[in-house]
Amino acid sequence: MTDEFASRGLRESATFDRTTIAAIQHAARTGIYDIRGGGAKRKLPHFDDLVFLGASMSRYPLEGYRERCDTDVVLGARNARFPLHLSTPVTIAGMSFGALSGRAKEALGRGASEVGTSTTTGDGGMTDEERGHSKHLVYQYLPSRYGMNPDHLRAADAIEIVLGQGAKPGGGGMLLGQKITERVAGMRTLPVGVDQRSACRHPDWTGPDDLAIKIGEIREITDWEKPIYVKVGASRPYYDVKLAVKAGADVVVVDGMQGGTAATQDVFIEHVGIPTLAAIPEAVRALQEMGVHREVQLVVSGGIRNGADLAKCMALGADAVAIGTAALIALGDNDPALDAQYREIGSAAGFYDDWQAGRDPAGITTQDPELQKNFDPEVGGRKLANFLRVMTMEAQIIARACGKAHLQHLEPEDLVALSIEAAAMAKLPLAGTSWIPGQAL
Amino acid sequence: MGTLTEDVVQETVTEVDLSASSVRDLNAALHAEPEGSTAGYRVVHPEGKHSLAVGLNRPVTVTIDGHVGYYAAGMNQLATVEIDGNAGVGVAENMMSGTVLVHGDASQAAGATAHGGLLVVDGNAAARCGISMKGVDIVVGGNVGHMSGFMAQAGRLVVCGDAGDALGDSIYEARIYVKGTVKSLGADCVAKEMRPEHLDELTRLLEAAGRDDDPAAFTRYGSARTLYNFHVDNASAY
Repeated sequence: MTDEFASRGLRESATFDRTTIAAIQHAARTGIYDIRGGGAKRKLPHFDDLVFLGASMSRYPLEGYRERCDTDVVLGARNARFPLHLSTPVTIAGMSFGALSGRAKEALGRGASEVGTSTTTGDGGMTDEERGHSKHLVYQYLPSRYGMNPDHLRAADAIEIVLGQGAKPGGGGMLLGQKITERVAGMRTLPVGVDQRSACRHPDWTGPDDLAIKIGEIREITDWEKPIYVKVGASRPYYDVKLAVKAGADVVVVDGMQGGTAATQDVFIEHVGIPTLAAIPEAVRALQEMGVHREVQLVVSGGIRNGADLAKCMALGADAVAIGTAALIALGDNDPALDAQYREIGSAAGFYDDWQAGRDPAGITTQDPELQKNFDPEVGGRKLANFLRVMTMEAQIIARACGKAHLQHLEPEDLVALSIEAAAMAKLPLAGTSWIPGQAL
Repeated sequence: MGTLTEDVVQETVTEVDLSASSVRDLNAALHAEPEGSTAGYRVVHPEGKHSLAVGLNRPVTVTIDGHVGYYAAGMNQLATVEIDGNAGVGVAENMMSGTVLVHGDASQAAGATAHGGLLVVDGNAAARCGISMKGVDIVVGGNVGHMSGFMAQAGRLVVCGDAGDALGDSIYEARIYVKGTVKSLGADCVAKEMRPEHLDELTRLLEAAGRDDDPAAFTRYGSARTLYNFHVDNASAY
């Protein structure tokens, strides 16, 4: 198509490209900004801008498929009587029932449990589908407190206090009325069909000192048994991580701007927060300065797609990653086999992000009982388990090549950057040099 | 509980002296009560400590002699917690059922996000009383501060004194009754007619709170429901 226009002497504006023109026309036509799901679409400095330095002479590699490379991780041993011991450092990020169907929640639990990792609830509370099928379940404690139930706190394996989300640090949510069925409305104590605003801040504390007291309350309620995570959207990770640790977090979750969401303003997704790659070194620096790196675990999320991303996060200092959008894709969202159905609703397989609309043909991001029939939670769970295994094995392959017998042994020295931007953000040398932008040679 | 002091005055009441025992000891003892327990506890020397009697899920009775800090009786289920003093931030936050009585003033966010039960504050409650309430009944004998009832979803908030700015801002299906003046109403919150069913409802709430205010002296406030579904023409309301 582009070639056809070029041959006719037509040249698209870099500033006013067709996407920009369409956005202006949409705004002019409707008077409302675009709301969508998914994560940032524009190209950002990312893990692809880093490469590993496999062993040759100066480092000694391990034999693939023969020598052990362990993958397990313990999360939340700082204070909790029962920390989480996961078989793989890939966890499932928080996604709400409401945004996702009950069957999708069940599939997440099935897939994660099969490989020994955790799932996470989301805005809207805990469902039987998810608790029933998740060996390890993290219960999110969110500003909206929709469906917040102390019995669920006690039934969870860990509690994640959510202060922000990578797709929208500082922002609340808006689950549009068309997805609010009787069950979703009941869980959220709101009328059917009414837009559900998720608050951007917690209603009963106003700062980090208060958060410490809130964490104390949750520990008391749960008899100090469960790890307390604190999740922040990546914007000022150095300061936010320090404050979270000071407040008593056992695990800090940092969600970069490539992180997904069920529904928020496009302008928010694309223009607020910092890339995941840039957030990790700042978070690690905060933990190291406080002397708690590896004692308070760091979970990183936001656009993690494969074992290479996982290995790079680990090498930069994370203890685990969480995946959301990749998990939905593994379940079957945006499956090319459903392309005709996606086209019927004005999208196409690989492009669908109107998760707020509730019309997902895959039956994953919908509350429509007919559409949900398109999704088999057992099949979806198997696909997710496969994907999680592949991610883990990919990371192991890389770790062995770097001479590591455990994924946690990966270190920044195993990496170099391919671009100056990535080198500066990740605080790694540019490939073929010893130059780290911003640091003296 | 070896660290707790058994009260010899009333055999069914366990006294916990927080100058000698920790908050952890208190909550652990309360959580260890068997299902259906109606045991009584008396807590002395609370001295503003946080997280007292939180996460209870038995029909026990806890009386606290003095002032409490943040989140007293937080997430209460079934229990009756009586505070003979003032309460800090978030008293009875996210309560599910049971009763919490404050015989003094309450700080901000009293009854925040609470789903059920009854919270009574004899004195005043500060800002954001009943914020995001989801079914609880709250009766305040005195005044409430600004943004009370913000995004209140369900339940009833009764204010026997005056209300501050932006009462009921972005309110959903909760009902607010105010006897005194309201400094200002928040977005989508309007005064509504007091029909007989509302007078009956208010009468019961006042009785439950042990008050003899005249229900007819109150004004009812609730949602105009104009902001329930986003429409660009309402953008100036946000």
